[in-house]
Amino acid sequence: MNVHDPGPPGDSGLTVRDLAVSYGPVTALRGISLDVPRGSVVTVLGGNGAGKSTLLRAISGTLRFHRGGITAGEIGFDRARLSGAATSAVVSHGVVQVPEGRKVFARMTVEENLRAGALGARDRRAAAEARERVLTLFPVLAERARQRAGLLSGGEQQMLAIGRALMARPKMLLLDEPTLGLAPMMAARIADTVREINSQGTTVLLVEQNAAMALSLASHAYVLEVGEIVLSGPAAELAESDEVRRRYLGIGDDRDEALLSGAAPARPALTRWSA
Amino acid sequence: MITFIELLVNGISIGAVYALIALGFVVIFKATEVVNFAHASLLLVGGFIIAKTHEALGFWAALLLGLAGAAVLGALIEFLVIRRANVVNHSVLAIVTIGVDIVLTTELTRQIGTEVLALGDPWGSEVLHLGAINIPLARIAALLAASAVIAAFLLAFKYTNWGVAMRATAEDAETAALMGVRRGRVSMGAWAVAGALAALAALFMCIFPTPGLDRTVTATAMKAFPAAILGGLDSTTGALAGGLIIGVTESLVGGYQGELVFLGRGLGDVAPFLVMIIVLLIRPAGLFGTRELARV
Repeated sequence: MNVHDPGPPGDSGLTVRDLAVSYGPVTALRGISLDVPRGSVVTVLGGNGAGKSTLLRAISGTLRFHRGGITAGEIGFDRARLSGAATSAVVSHGVVQVPEGRKVFARMTVEENLRAGALGARDRRAAAEARERVLTLFPVLAERARQRAGLLSGGEQQMLAIGRALMARPKMLLLDEPTLGLAPMMAARIADTVREINSQGTTVLLVEQNAAMALSLASHAYVLEVGEIVLSGPAAELAESDEVRRRYLGIGDDRDEALLSGAAPARPALTRWSA
Repeated sequence: MITFIELLVNGISIGAVYALIALGFVVIFKATEVVNFAHASLLLVGGFIIAKTHEALGFWAALLLGLAGAAVLGALIEFLVIRRANVVNHSVLAIVTIGVDIVLTTELTRQIGTEVLALGDPWGSEVLHLGAINIPLARIAALLAASAVIAAFLLAFKYTNWGVAMRATAEDAETAALMGVRRGRVSMGAWAVAGALAALAALFMCIFPTPGLDRTVTATAMKAFPAAILGGLDSTTGALAGGLIIGVTESLVGGYQGELVFLGRGLGDVAPFLVMIIVLLIRPAGLFGTRELARV
């Protein structure tokens, strides 16, 4: 989908090598290796409990909030080592996460939420520019600037969560199920936004259950199951593979074969729960 | 009527001082979810530094030193104890702060002994006469200073990056970390601010009409605890309201003790806790506190 130059050597984007993560005695991820080249959109698909959020926590360094830790492997971004780094250091390397469930600061206003997003970056003029960009991308946030974030609709909250992350001027955005619980129209809008953000030069790692949407955005995809990568390849190839179609696109088996003949991004509403 | 106005002004003045202490509780609770029982000892340290240095340095420098000293001590408690304590349950940390309080208070009361230390404030025992109403100058200074500091604090809390980081962390520590907020800094800052607020409160609790700083001041400071609780432990507005309610209640009940003698003596000291219990019976989360919401 996206054709991008790989970038200068040494700026290799995100690399994960042989990563293992456990929460106390429970192993959540094993032997995970993946690459997100600079400027690309890469997606990680998987059902509930596959370890998708754990992967993002490992990258952002928030495992300790869940009493987990990296037990093996390395995570690198460009020339920096992210594994073992504090969350604030990961943010200052330019890797910013939009957490699952949006997690806007409900008691703060929209404006204050955006301000919170810029806390990691010290440069004031840069923050003002980032704010311009966010408000151009999501004009609704400007209209609602003084409202409490908790009063926004689900879709608006997702926009706020993405906008807040963009306030840190990330080189790379980690998105954890951005379309979760949104109406199809709104999910499509979020997908367009992700495409737009990527076209402006931000690398994206998208973690999703909504495989149809994710595969339409990404150039490369990995499938995660019970803590291991079971499939990977170019997104277009994966979208065609029987395995993925059956498991994540809700097509085949007991499902209506007629869906197959529908338009390519037919939005099989059930996909998100099917894994 | 004149008595009433005098008592009311006194009550508001004392209440503003309680509000300073209660704000400290609230700030620490919001940043770290710890109920800080060591707060009274921070106050004692601040007062003690002012009392011991004002003769050598002059009052204003001693005051600054007291504020700084209590702030540093607060930050140290956070850095050396709270941050190291690898516990999941925040009530365990609350008990740890009781330990810290006992250590600090024991040492300071040993230092103070039976003395009553003057703080060398410039207001002395002067009284302002407004017609028939007499109000000690020290109480007016307390009211003005506390109001100014509280206003500055609330503005900072609302408008500065520090305030935004603080509120974000209070609402969702993990998400705040994802914004690049350093939790350690936020909580250390909260402890330092709470310490400085406590030291200022110490000053106004130990000047006229109180004879000075003595070993019982921590007990008086504990009256700010019902103020924070009844306002709602996680609400700055609540700390203000709670402080004023407790201060005014105490002053009025104490002042009209003569008419209430059938309830026994010393009612003024008990009244704050009675008010707290009554408020909590009606509003368990306090006047402005956030109710725990459990979603099934």
